[in-house]
Amino acid sequence: MLTVFLIFFPLLISVLLLVLKPAHAKVWALAASIIELAASLFVAYSFDKNGGLQYFVNVPWIDSLGLSFYVAIDGISLLLVLLTTVLVPFIILSSFGHQYEKPSTFYGLILMMQMALVGVFTARDGLLFYLFWEAALIPIYFICLIWGGAERGRITLKFFIYTLAGSLFMLVALVYLYFLTPGEHTFNIYALYDAGAALGPYPQALIFWAMFVAFAIKMPVFPFHTWQPDTYTNAPTQGTMLLSGIMLKMGIYGVIRWLLPLVPLGVKEWGLTAVIISVIGIIYASCIAIVQKDLKRLIAYSSIAHVGLISAGIFTLSETGIQGAMIQMISHGILVVALFFIVDIIQRRTQTSELIKLGGIRNAAPIFTTVFIIVMLGSVALPSTSGFVGEFLLINSLVQYKFALGIVAGLTIILGAVYMLRSFQQSMSGEANAITATFTDLTGHEKLVLYPIVLMIIVIGVYPAPLLDISESAVKNIVEIYSNYSASVK
Amino acid sequence: MNALFVICGLGIISLIAEIANFRKWLISIIVLGLLGAAALVVADWNTAVAYYHDMLVFDNFSLAFTGLIIGSSLLWFWTASDFFEALFHKTDKSALILFAIAGGVLMTSFNNMAMLFLGIEILSISLYVLAGSRKEDLGSNEAAFKYFLMGSFATGFLLFGITLVYGATGTFQINTIANYVLTHAGELPSFFYAGALLMLIGLAFKISAVPFHFWAPDVYEGSPTAVTGFMSTVVKIAAIASFFKIFATCFSTIAPVWYTILLVIMVLTLVIANITAVYQNSVKRMLAYSSVGHVGYILLAFLADHKESDGTIFFYLAAYAVSSLAAFGALILVGGKEENTLVERFNGLFKRNPIVAVGLTIALLSLAGIPPLPGFFGKYLVFAMAINNGMIPYVIVAIVTSLIGVYYYFRVIIAMYFKDAVAEPLKVSTSKEVLIVVLILITLALGIFPDFLIQLL
Repeated sequence: MLTVFLIFFPLLISVLLLVLKPAHAKVWALAASIIELAASLFVAYSFDKNGGLQYFVNVPWIDSLGLSFYVAIDGISLLLVLLTTVLVPFIILSSFGHQYEKPSTFYGLILMMQMALVGVFTARDGLLFYLFWEAALIPIYFICLIWGGAERGRITLKFFIYTLAGSLFMLVALVYLYFLTPGEHTFNIYALYDAGAALGPYPQALIFWAMFVAFAIKMPVFPFHTWQPDTYTNAPTQGTMLLSGIMLKMGIYGVIRWLLPLVPLGVKEWGLTAVIISVIGIIYASCIAIVQKDLKRLIAYSSIAHVGLISAGIFTLSETGIQGAMIQMISHGILVVALFFIVDIIQRRTQTSELIKLGGIRNAAPIFTTVFIIVMLGSVALPSTSGFVGEFLLINSLVQYKFALGIVAGLTIILGAVYMLRSFQQSMSGEANAITATFTDLTGHEKLVLYPIVLMIIVIGVYPAPLLDISESAVKNIVEIYSNYSASVK
Repeated sequence: MNALFVICGLGIISLIAEIANFRKWLISIIVLGLLGAAALVVADWNTAVAYYHDMLVFDNFSLAFTGLIIGSSLLWFWTASDFFEALFHKTDKSALILFAIAGGVLMTSFNNMAMLFLGIEILSISLYVLAGSRKEDLGSNEAAFKYFLMGSFATGFLLFGITLVYGATGTFQINTIANYVLTHAGELPSFFYAGALLMLIGLAFKISAVPFHFWAPDVYEGSPTAVTGFMSTVVKIAAIASFFKIFATCFSTIAPVWYTILLVIMVLTLVIANITAVYQNSVKRMLAYSSVGHVGYILLAFLADHKESDGTIFFYLAAYAVSSLAAFGALILVGGKEENTLVERFNGLFKRNPIVAVGLTIALLSLAGIPPLPGFFGKYLVFAMAINNGMIPYVIVAIVTSLIGVYYYFRVIIAMYFKDAVAEPLKVSTSKEVLIVVLILITLALGIFPDFLIQLL
């Protein structure tokens, strides 16, 4: 039942906020997200890491469509639910410096988004997964459309149609598999696994691509990324945080849960292609990030590079790679929220995020600078920060998979250092100009957001074992399902 | 059948109202009467009684579609109440609408081609008048004239087709025709097939499938917005029900003859209607093209498995009708006295009147097929049916066109939330606010619990 609570509690509060429009909506939203966090921490506390599926609920919903409300939590789900419930309070808190018009709608939509995200990470029914997947798109679309930047009308529509196009092909693939399930058709994930694995190589390849494109657009992986930089830069900061911190992980989660075990032959045949595409994306996005003039855009491109590495690691189909992806998802979520918040702080104080107009903030704001350094080092994967653990595992898995690819992907560390250090140097050091000389240091709610995040970056970097433990057995399980099927074909 | 009596009775009462001078109460009487008719439909459920020497049969199919027509009409009377505000001809308008509804009921329950023809004529003649009910307006006159010419032309095709089929089989009864076709396969005269195809063309006019849709945008645009709302919901439901009935019973066994033609019509409808809708600046015209486009999805379900598609088509139409009524209701409120509402009129609506904006947003999202709204489940059922019958390439066409659909529906949404308001806050009456909330609730209920309607047929 706790899973149901985790899904519907944010929805309930969201509806209350949207309908009643209370004063101090942000406080209500923050309180709700903290209750949600507490509930998820309780789940994590009582979670048995070798216990397989837990907290599951399976009730029929729409019989004629074979749709059941089947949700459950295993290690992989738990990590991502935790990521969601940890980040949402910070995202809400980070908005306290803004005065958004129609605040109750704004916070209502954020909580609705949280509902859909938790739903995506726990659903064990194909159609239910799809419903939550799409349900996540609606609130973020309106957040970007109502409170976004000047170009938002055109850009958000592109984003919407792009992601919807991908997911409709996923729907076709799921429905196709649904009709292959024996007896009374069902969308139950395990029935779909069996139906998918029983297919020949050609249909599996088609399903692989239908699903892969949906996930690749969401992540986004090169060459499906063209919506991302514009959307990230035009969305309001909280929207960008939701998109990059959590929503992007839907795509990665989708690959792990809904692609690898679903069509093992398809994955076997096209896995290498997916790895190559991802590695190209890493280099491509890093190079573009290096020449960006705008800090927000730079981070957007750096996010493509990081996601490319995660995706490449997953398609090595090794336990190391997927475990690395899990920890890197957590780390990237935390880091990218912090980075976008840092950009937001700079933007609010100087009215710009263009690197050339910044500089010299270091002298005016030492605490802010220190925080930025730590977050940046985490992002370039310095040992003992959270970024290191994941990147190490991911590159390790790639080197074992194909040595040359591992080496090329490893360049991400060097290129990442180049663009992150360059952005830091241009914005923080150097001569202060008229605007940056009076830069105020971190204040109340900003400290509340950034200090815990810095702490998490270091703690996860030094002692990642508890997180790795949580997902270990579930990841093993996925790898096993995959290798059993592909072995049985031989 | 009893429901049909009630509806006709209401129409006659409307006419008497002018003489007996109880115009004030008329709308209340009609609404109560329609509620009663709906109750009678429920009471008749599972009875399948035939009337007048089997000329009308009220089986569950007919009853479900009759119920849908009555339900949509009730909601329509609520959305279009301003249409009856005018001092003159109030009773004429409501009488015409009621007779049109009666025609629609005949079109769902006929068991005899003559009854089909009568139903179509009763419906159409009422609509010709209603389309021109803004007498001083040139566009409205044009709409009426165009609709009349095109409509009678199409009816000519239909009638010719019926005659040829009668000539070949010697009967008007659709079941007897179906049996005759089944038992005399291979010895049917070629003019029977010609008759079937002529009927296909005649009915394709009525459901406004491409390339027989040319009348629809002009007629929809010129008619008063309320009448357009009626045409694109109640009339569409009736037309599609009659189309389904004829082709799933009479001509089911000769499916190979019409299958390819209908396939081409379906693809053309999906592609052309949706692409043309993108280029419309008038929201009314855009909705007209979108309503043509929706016929394409219904035809896709029909082609996938024409005998089993009734449940899917029924749900699709129900979802479509609710959303469409909400969209037209909002159009009436935003457009006000202006008949030709451009997208710009919706600028900043979210700030001018959030309730209308949210209601319209949900309606448009549902029309665009975004889950978990009923429009999604409608499309889902269609796609699932087509995938199950090996029509994946056509599903991909339908997916692409529904993405195009997202594009033009979202133009209105973007205008509402993104553009700055050009006018004062929009004031609407409490009744209309309640209506919008009711429509939102119906939409959400259909989206979250679609099972009831899906399993009805």
